[in-house]
Amino acid sequence: MNAAPHTHAYYVPQPSLYPFVLSGGMFLLLLGSILAMNGFGAGSWVMLGGSGVIVYVLFGWFGKVIGESQGGSYREWEDKSFRYGMVWFIASEVMFFAAFFGALFYVRTISVPELGNMQAAHGATLWPDFAGTWPSAGPKGAAFTPMAAWGIPAINTALLLSSGVTVTWAHWGLLQNSRRQLSLGLAATVLLGIAFLVLQAYEYHHAYTEMGLTLGAGAYGATFFMLTGFHGFHVTLGAIMLSVILARSMQGHFTADRHFGFEAVTWYWHFVDVVWLLLFVVVYWL
Amino acid sequence: MSIATTAPDHTHHDSGYSGGLLRWLTTTNHKDIGTLYMTFALLMFFVGGAMILAVRAELFQPGLQMMQPEFFNQLIGVHALVMIFAALMPAATGFANWQIPLMIGAPDMALPRLNNWGFWLLPPAATLLVLPFALALFGIGDGALATGWTMYAPLSVQGGLGVDFAIFAVHLFGISSVMGSINIIVTIFNMRAPGMTMMKLPLFAWGWLITAFLLIATIPVLAGAVTMLLTDRHFGTHFFNAAGGGDPILFQHLFWFFGHPEVYILLLPVWGLIPHVLSTFSRKPVYGYKAQVYAFIAIGLLSVVVWAHHFLTVGLPVPALIYFMFSTMAISLPLAVLFFCWIATMWRGSISFETPMLFAIGFIVLFGIAGLTGLVLADVAADAQYHHSYFVVAHFHYALFTGGIMGVMTGVYYWLPKWTGHMYSETLGKWHFWLTVVSFNLTFMPQFFLGLAGMPRRIPDYALQFAEFNAISTVGSFILGISQLLFAWNIWQCVRGGAKVSGKVWEGADGLEWQLSSPPPHHSWETQPEVK
Repeated sequence: MNAAPHTHAYYVPQPSLYPFVLSGGMFLLLLGSILAMNGFGAGSWVMLGGSGVIVYVLFGWFGKVIGESQGGSYREWEDKSFRYGMVWFIASEVMFFAAFFGALFYVRTISVPELGNMQAAHGATLWPDFAGTWPSAGPKGAAFTPMAAWGIPAINTALLLSSGVTVTWAHWGLLQNSRRQLSLGLAATVLLGIAFLVLQAYEYHHAYTEMGLTLGAGAYGATFFMLTGFHGFHVTLGAIMLSVILARSMQGHFTADRHFGFEAVTWYWHFVDVVWLLLFVVVYWL
Repeated sequence: MSIATTAPDHTHHDSGYSGGLLRWLTTTNHKDIGTLYMTFALLMFFVGGAMILAVRAELFQPGLQMMQPEFFNQLIGVHALVMIFAALMPAATGFANWQIPLMIGAPDMALPRLNNWGFWLLPPAATLLVLPFALALFGIGDGALATGWTMYAPLSVQGGLGVDFAIFAVHLFGISSVMGSINIIVTIFNMRAPGMTMMKLPLFAWGWLITAFLLIATIPVLAGAVTMLLTDRHFGTHFFNAAGGGDPILFQHLFWFFGHPEVYILLLPVWGLIPHVLSTFSRKPVYGYKAQVYAFIAIGLLSVVVWAHHFLTVGLPVPALIYFMFSTMAISLPLAVLFFCWIATMWRGSISFETPMLFAIGFIVLFGIAGLTGLVLADVAADAQYHHSYFVVAHFHYALFTGGIMGVMTGVYYWLPKWTGHMYSETLGKWHFWLTVVSFNLTFMPQFFLGLAGMPRRIPDYALQFAEFNAISTVGSFILGISQLLFAWNIWQCVRGGAKVSGKVWEGADGLEWQLSSPPPHHSWETQPEVK
């Protein structure tokens, strides 16, 4: 790395008020949620205010970065910083999901079987309806139907895998200067992402209304909804990011050799895709 | 090699927000942001210190004199969170901001706006942490979190408003740390001067690089754990509730998967800077550079696979106990490599005892006690006796006060002249060192004996037999606390004025940062130096 000296000065941006305002918005959002969760009516309004500030900053800050990018402030050296930065950001996201996967493995292999052993040691008199097998809502949990893998989840797997293909197809278009293929590929990816979210919303509705499967359904409900929920949240973010990239592509942004913004979003999208595959296997299937 | 630099430049001709407060709110300059971090850390050091002095005052005598147990519980938990997340970690990040670009010949941090955000997340986070104290005065809630900093379920599931505040404070602190870490990794990978290969990287940068990896690996897990806590509290999940098939011990696993590496997160930046100081004042090159780099890496890897030694008494299966005992003890091997390298760096050197060197040597001796008592606690059989006793409190204060805070003080005295262009008062610095070392031992050495005699931690009252040692400890703690005012005063005087120093502040110093003027120009290394 860095064998030869750089031929130009590194771009150090001007002072900016955005980060400070963003922190303020996040403070309001969190303060508001604490108040709302603890039954203070004003909390929701504080949350709303904080969210407004955050959205304002996202538009302003990203807008500024896009402007700098289009204005030619970023060259190879800066580009490399962004690439490293995005990789390590995604690494931190991987570890966030790892916490919830860890919780799932723990309840499946340690706490639920252990409770089952206690039950067995007491001659099955402690919790007569509890066997200590997965799926489980625990000794005191109400009955529920676990989510089957080969219905909507399998369709969703196909949707996300296809979206990985379409976004790569869009990338090929960009590399070959085919703007039409770029935009079509991105649009198809966004649509597949939205279709995924619609199906997942339907699945959640079905779970809550007909299967007795809720966030409160013991270890299964908690791990199921937190894992798929955080994943769905990331799909939502990814779809928004892809939409921005689509809009930028249609305005002629990105060239065959300079398109970090495009690539960062595709990395993020593939990351979300891989998380889904793990979810499909260990949450729905096995 | 001497690099011509422009005169110190405090006018910000390039900025739209030039003056006063706006400069600090909007800055993208690594030196300004480093100053913000250091100032914030020093401030919060006194906030966290005041909390624990109130605790020590309560513990001066048996019985309850000053406060109710609920308030006592709040003080100890918030003291720890403030010291870890709002004092030590920001101090380490402040060093990184100031020093890494100077030491590796970079024009700034790689992602300057992100850098600003990393800092400005901290004041809201600290506010969330202490706000419940204030709200309780107005009859809202029952004060800050009263669970201790570890927030163990089920106590934290049942706790009041303060737990929610702490959860979100941890989220903001965590985002700040992850953003800071990303920035440091990118800076080290992408911004080094031409010719500075990874094996020529200053040890301080190496220490921080491993720290940053650990933060990225573990902070998100803590975020996940406290998120589960939040949903258990408010949204009906059963992660930590056996009635639903969950387990309170799951929280301990998740928490300490973060919590143990966190110890090394606090210590690695210090281990990185100590060799520079030892080398400077021994007038010898760093001994065993490669060995130290490999030791950092080994400790970083080991630190993420030993977490359960924090709850060996909770009822883990025997094979797990044996694994966690031996893996924990294995950390002492690379740590011993570091100790030997530190000592060998001084060996037959031409040593002089300026304040930073005194702190560095004090660090080695006292941190050694932390390491040795840590081996005692790692022993499963011994830990059955010492777990949750004052022995643990003494052990981790030897680790985090002498290993962490005294290491930070070493760095402050070493680099403050570089940052300000003025020499601090050596007399005051030496007074500060000796008062700190003596009163620190007065405070914490008796706690080893209290723990061996069976005094449990986190209890505001105790049996009469513990009275003498507690009284000694409290006297020591107040001397320790008041001595730190000397530190603040010395820094303040050094920032405001004092004898001018040259670019190479210490005659034995070596490294790129000493080739710049003191203070360095507002933008340094815009033309990168060539490293041979």
